[in-house]
Amino acid sequence: MADARISLEQVLHVAKLARLTLSEQEAREMQEQLDAILRYMEGLDTLDVSEVPPTFHSIPMLAPLRPDVPARCSDRSEILAQAPDSQWGGFAVPLVLEVE
Amino acid sequence: MPDFPWQSAFEIREQVVSGAASAVDMARAYLHRAEALNSTLRCFLTLDYEGALASAAQVDRARRDGKDLGPLAGVPVALKDNLCTRGLRTTCASKILEGYVPPYDAHVVDALRAAGAIILGKTNLDEFAMGSSNENSAFGNVHNPWDLNRAPGGSSGGSACATAAGLTALALGSDTGGSVRQPAAFCGITAIKPTYGRVSRYGLVAFASSLDQVGPMARSVREAAQLLEVIAGHDPRDATSAERETGAYLAACDRGVRGLRIGVVRDLLEGLQDVDVRSAVEAALGALEKAGAVLVDVSLPHADHAVSVYYLIATAEASSNLARFDGIRYGLRVQGEDLAETYTKTRAQGFGPEVRRRIMLGTYALSAGYYDAFYLKAQRVRTLIRRDYDAAFERCDVVCTPTTPTAAFALGEKTSDPLQMYLADIFTLPPSLAGVAALSTPCGRSRDGLPIGLQLVAPPFEEERLCTVAQAVEDTSGLGDAHPAALA
Repeated sequence: MADARISLEQVLHVAKLARLTLSEQEAREMQEQLDAILRYMEGLDTLDVSEVPPTFHSIPMLAPLRPDVPARCSDRSEILAQAPDSQWGGFAVPLVLEVE
Repeated sequence: MPDFPWQSAFEIREQVVSGAASAVDMARAYLHRAEALNSTLRCFLTLDYEGALASAAQVDRARRDGKDLGPLAGVPVALKDNLCTRGLRTTCASKILEGYVPPYDAHVVDALRAAGAIILGKTNLDEFAMGSSNENSAFGNVHNPWDLNRAPGGSSGGSACATAAGLTALALGSDTGGSVRQPAAFCGITAIKPTYGRVSRYGLVAFASSLDQVGPMARSVREAAQLLEVIAGHDPRDATSAERETGAYLAACDRGVRGLRIGVVRDLLEGLQDVDVRSAVEAALGALEKAGAVLVDVSLPHADHAVSVYYLIATAEASSNLARFDGIRYGLRVQGEDLAETYTKTRAQGFGPEVRRRIMLGTYALSAGYYDAFYLKAQRVRTLIRRDYDAAFERCDVVCTPTTPTAAFALGEKTSDPLQMYLADIFTLPPSLAGVAALSTPCGRSRDGLPIGLQLVAPPFEEERLCTVAQAVEDTSGLGDAHPAALA
């Protein structure tokens, strides 16, 4: 795909950022589909919005504050029961640091 | 139970409250029907016999004890499976959450329980609510009860199907870009996408947090209005929950449309390719005018850009929200050599193709060098779409369009081309981006006998107006009590 809006290298880079693995076949398919979508989205370039402020939230609201009242939090064992692996009252994960 | 299963929520409550039927018998009847038809329709992912019958027994006990019964006492409700239910598995139709059992109830679930509703089970959806046909479910697609070869719509396809087919009286869905309205249109029922902030999102598994809203689905406008009254209201557990008084939605159904100004987006209507949709919408507009409403022309000049804007903003937010599914705290884990490989393997195997595609698009739109060109630009165009509505609402009280460009499309028709699937959302996306209130209600049938939906849009927090106009549409549509024939 010579004039693709997104290169295969970019697809693989984005997959890495998103913590996804794609096979070669999947990456190529993804490139094709994203290319079609990004081409369609070029329609946005017909609008000059340089002076238009962005709308990050449709309904204007301020971050609300609540009274600082102690309350019971969720039960630890109930939460850990949903974890694929837990040990000593915490989530267990594969080794992060090398052990000599 | 004379009109089972098509009796309304009000009739069910009346029978339960008067003692003519017990809530337990009622729940059992719907559970049996749901179980019998689910192999054909596949709209439920989980049926909760135990929980439903326990809640029903509680309602019956409260009645015998002479206690006040809630507005939905004994009424069966189905929940989209992205609403957390304590002790009942909540999968989002994703392999990554296949065995997940939430330790808490969503706000709307609390509200339903307090109102005496009976939660029958959890309904199928497009994985993480991403899709317009329910074909992105990891656990099989749902069938449209009006024609089993057609899509029920999405992403709340299971909730729409279960309601239309009489497997439940009421259902809740969630709507990010049309996910209660579009399946409601395809299945011939009514659904409301409340104003952003009207209903708490606490316990709704997040897809795109600036757009997500929980919405009621029902076979009549009045029932949808009643359900909205139950679930709406401020909840301090959702920081975006509005501190607004809940409206009198049920009462609003009886106000009548005399003098109300209905905005007609003329160029959109004239550009419709599907003549069945166009004539159904025109007939509904004619009936509203006859009932005393005033039709005025309005325009939404930037609505055409909604698909681009939505699929940049929603995917960007999704890519961030779905980062939490990493195989550590809940759901699936596919063990790798190290932590990083565990993340990637879990996510590659746990997410289906559409979810992966949206995470990719969203990650790309937010990534260094592309943020301004894609994400920020989309947010600026979103402002233009919002201003279109501001201008329209200076001229009218409610904007009226079709809900979808066509009636239900065939299963498999759009699955190979994601962009074509996205374009099916063209009419439901603009109100979502603007954050305004919207509703879909049946307004006619195609030549093939498929339902066609009318979309009504009102300014923020004006859901009452939607109920008023939708009731007039229901009263004049002549659709009566028709139900999917295949399932009688």
